[in-house]
Amino acid sequence: MASVNRNPVTWLGTPVFPTAAKAALADPQLRANLRNATHTIRTKRAHVVGELADWEQLRQAGAAIKDDVLANLGGYLRRLEAAVTERGGVVHWASDAAEANRIVLDLVRASGADEVVKVKSMATMEIGLNEALADGGVNAVETDLAELIVQLGHDRPSHILVPAIHRNRSEIREIFRREMPDVPADLDDEPRALAEAARRHLRRKFLSAKVAISGANFGVADTGTILVVESEGNGRMCVTLPETLITVMGIEKLVPTWSDLEVFLQLLPRSSTAERMNPYTSAWTGVTPGDGPAHFHLVLLDNGRTATLADQVGSQALRCIRCSACLNVCPVYERTGGQAYGSVYPGPIGAILAPQLAGDPHDPQAASLPFASSLCGACYEVCPVRINIPEVLTHLRADVVRAKGKRTPEAIGMAALAWILREPSRYETAQRAGSLARFLARDGKISRLPGPGAKWTMGRDAPVPPAESFRAWWKRTHD
Amino acid sequence: MRVALFATCVTDTFFPDTARAVVRLLDRLGCAVDFPLGQTCCGQLHFNTGYPEQATELAVRYADVFAGYDAVVAPSGSCAGMVREIHPGLVPDNGHPTVPTYELSEFLVDVLRVTDVGAYFPHRVTYHPTCHSMRMLGVGDRPLRLLRAVRGLRLTELGDATSCCGFGGTFAVKNADTSLAMLTDKMTAVIETGAEILTAGDNSCLMHIGGGLSRLRAGTRTLHLAEILASTEEEPWRA
Repeated sequence: MASVNRNPVTWLGTPVFPTAAKAALADPQLRANLRNATHTIRTKRAHVVGELADWEQLRQAGAAIKDDVLANLGGYLRRLEAAVTERGGVVHWASDAAEANRIVLDLVRASGADEVVKVKSMATMEIGLNEALADGGVNAVETDLAELIVQLGHDRPSHILVPAIHRNRSEIREIFRREMPDVPADLDDEPRALAEAARRHLRRKFLSAKVAISGANFGVADTGTILVVESEGNGRMCVTLPETLITVMGIEKLVPTWSDLEVFLQLLPRSSTAERMNPYTSAWTGVTPGDGPAHFHLVLLDNGRTATLADQVGSQALRCIRCSACLNVCPVYERTGGQAYGSVYPGPIGAILAPQLAGDPHDPQAASLPFASSLCGACYEVCPVRINIPEVLTHLRADVVRAKGKRTPEAIGMAALAWILREPSRYETAQRAGSLARFLARDGKISRLPGPGAKWTMGRDAPVPPAESFRAWWKRTHD
Repeated sequence: MRVALFATCVTDTFFPDTARAVVRLLDRLGCAVDFPLGQTCCGQLHFNTGYPEQATELAVRYADVFAGYDAVVAPSGSCAGMVREIHPGLVPDNGHPTVPTYELSEFLVDVLRVTDVGAYFPHRVTYHPTCHSMRMLGVGDRPLRLLRAVRGLRLTELGDATSCCGFGGTFAVKNADTSLAMLTDKMTAVIETGAEILTAGDNSCLMHIGGGLSRLRAGTRTLHLAEILASTEEEPWRA
């Protein structure tokens, strides 16, 4: 039984990253899908980013605006609340997932609806809203195509932008055939046919829904305007057709003014879908009589964000605008896919965000995430808001090590190594002793090491230590 | 100019030929280097594995050992990156100016202002730009400019060159399966070049890729950039 207070940002029951990764690495279909998808989007992104001469300045501006928001978050949130309220919206504050889910369920029940349509939203995935609504007798219908595929497949997302990136079209056809009551029996796996089947399925939902639930890409503190940025137009249907619109927004999604969007609406589409501009950007401010939803509720979600903000190094993760550029360039993500991370936030950003939001350094799965990186730095290079992901990774690794204490075999080994390296005479003695490992060599190779070294030699030969270190040679020839 | 060599613990202990090559190369270019024996390790292994306190002790030692030199040269992009990017956050400011630490190709091109080092190396070679030299230090095409000036050397381009080889220090053992998946793709790209030799500016990455190529009996070996640049027609480098 899960603890009531457990943050659902990481999925209960997922094994630690190395174990989950091992299973994913053995799936040839997954490996091929991911390699194809990540390399394609990587190349496209590099192309459209290269078109802008001021990309670096845009990145700096994006980071600076977000840092200002984070440094003055309380003030901006109060300003947003006042602006939304003034324009006829209702603002709710949720400290955690359970509170946010309860607020949304109560609002849906009050409207009398038993089905809601949903805009693709990371915040509602993070809090497990669909499951909470189902427990309360409300059916939530995902209307983003990839999100719908994940939902109908009783599956979990594997990418921030393209949650069904791990599925290919024949798998999608099978899911549609099984789960859509109205799908034609001869449905083939052409993308056009699959999209048309989803469109017909969803159209009925849009037209009958009384309540829609969205997330938010941005909230403008000055005006109280909420923005959703998307490609398919399903979001536009959701935020305009139903009577009631409920938006769940992480408290860090603010920008101070409307003009700050100039920066982010350049950074986000190019980093995310590698488009110069996304097809649909919907913006609404409170309610407008006779136009769009008559009732608008904004649920401001903390769920670990305030605690993350308190960490001087780790708080930069809250700049994230959920573009997923870091996933697409990550050599680890490219091989393991997103589900191995055991969170709605996978890849490099997930490895720093999920453990911080989860906030439990003793949870072995969350604690394994900061180590799921070779620290190659490709993520930092592409991040549109300059999150220094490698810096946060090493910072969080130190938190994990501290939480485990000084008596683990690793901590004892690292302390012993540091003791040796602190004093050149000890270091030289260790080099001489280690040099004896050369007698393990057969035909000039060491193919099998004992202990932790076995993990090295499972796929690589180890270097044969020389009879004489450089230092010994220098002493012999120079001093 | 008083120049010190920071050999790095990996090169000092496992690849002494690389450090000897740096000494010979710089000597040939008229730059005598010193090797202060108080040096050990930059602390990167500890820092990246989550032991910043122990890394700090090693960073303080590094600053003490190299104080008084005009420049430090290291045959490693990631160790030079650790010193330049991470040490300032670990070592308390003692009022003394920080001695600049250069990765070898930076030192040659930016300090000694040379790209043709007079080397001769009649082999087919491909080059892997290691992650930290590329992204932490920004060495750019300096190593390639140095390699292109080597007589007899045929340089073949490595496919998907900027992808990480999967080493990542303790990542290679903590996430051994993922590391090996990355290594396999890197080795495939190396083998596709048809090169006899894979070179790079970092022995830790080369130890990883070279260990994999050796396991596969791929027939391609690894050699540090310094050893190629040290080789001349009169004195071929025999590593």
